[in-house]
Amino acid sequence: MKTIFYFLVFPGFLFALIVGMVASYIERKVTARVQWRVGPPILQPWYDLLKLFTKESVVPENAHLLTFLATPVLFMVSATLVAMYAGMAFFFPDAAFQGDLIVIVYLLTIPPICLILAGAASANPLASLGASREIKLVLSYELVFWMTIAVIWVKTGGELSLVNIMNKPPVMYSYSGGIASVLALFVMQAKLGRVPFDIAEAETEIMAGAYIEYSGPLLGFFKMGQYILLATLPFFISSIFWGGVNVFKYVALLVIVILVENTNPRLKVKQCLKLFWFILFPLSLVALILAVVGL
Amino acid sequence: MNKLKILSKSIWVFHFASAACNNCDIEILDVLTPRFDVERFGVKLVGSIKHADAMLVSGMMNRKGAEFLKDLYDQAPKPLAVIAFGSCASSMGMFKVSYNRVIPVDEIIPVTAYIPGCPPRPEAIIDGIVKVVKKLRGEI
Repeated sequence: MKTIFYFLVFPGFLFALIVGMVASYIERKVTARVQWRVGPPILQPWYDLLKLFTKESVVPENAHLLTFLATPVLFMVSATLVAMYAGMAFFFPDAAFQGDLIVIVYLLTIPPICLILAGAASANPLASLGASREIKLVLSYELVFWMTIAVIWVKTGGELSLVNIMNKPPVMYSYSGGIASVLALFVMQAKLGRVPFDIAEAETEIMAGAYIEYSGPLLGFFKMGQYILLATLPFFISSIFWGGVNVFKYVALLVIVILVENTNPRLKVKQCLKLFWFILFPLSLVALILAVVGL
Repeated sequence: MNKLKILSKSIWVFHFASAACNNCDIEILDVLTPRFDVERFGVKLVGSIKHADAMLVSGMMNRKGAEFLKDLYDQAPKPLAVIAFGSCASSMGMFKVSYNRVIPVDEIIPVTAYIPGCPPRPEAIIDGIVKVVKKLRGEI
């Protein structure tokens, strides 16, 4: 009973969705203000979601039906699980368990996999292009992400529990932790699929990529998953690097994401791989060595 | 709450350009700029017809374009508002007596609103959005 409550209401679905919608509103509003526009009203993400659930869903004739229908739901459920575990460690430390860091890192790879499957199942050339680009994106950032997690693990003396990591002094205030937290910002940007790493859904090139054939409620599930991820990832990054979460840290991370999004052009696929493998990965290696040495 | 009422608060627009002379297309981008910012009303341009709530048709409908327009309309998730944008799409404009004219847009698919002008001014476009919103809410 308690688990269902955790999953559906408090740190899980409902809470993360509402925070995500507010975050999405902040994103659109700040973007609008950067471009000297007025921007949408505060309930706009809610209207968008509500509208998507009142529309009909069109399934392409050649699509693989089960995969096409299941992936949006899986996308949302895995994002919700991440929100639940990250939130439980912060709000209910007693209910958290040893090793939830590993669980969260693994769960964070499921939404991109769902997106890849969705793109491949849509029977649309642009969608499969989006799926292939998503694969390349995952290949580029995942290595750096694991390295930053390894830095945390070394720095906190082998801790794999979010609660214990939050109780230690913040990892950020050391040479290795500083480098790793900057790298984590890059990874967060890529995981959220925001510019400059929006190669997988590039709206002006491949028309939203894997999402192209989705409509109505199915697109709504994807949208909910995105909102939840937008709520969760800054929360997670802040809790492992910045020693816990509060409103200021959360909004600061969110605004960093938004400002980077608004001041950068989209990278090419090749440039993205190059950036992560040949520039950020050596840096993360340096950070790991520094952490092992004890700096 | 009424379905169409919610729809009118978040209209995602798909742009179908059938051999337009590009003036209409430039004016569509105008209303997204700071001076006329239509994102205030939740209007957003999308790249896929599957995400669209409104289809903006600009340009002269020719024989090849008509088939695609019909196809796109059939593929789109309903309810869908169709807007004939500019003189050409609304009333065939100066091409009315041209040898290769086909049929006006409203004989291929049902049209919700017309936006006149060659090209329409941004104010006219916002007026068109107001018309669509009112029609969706059942006030006209």
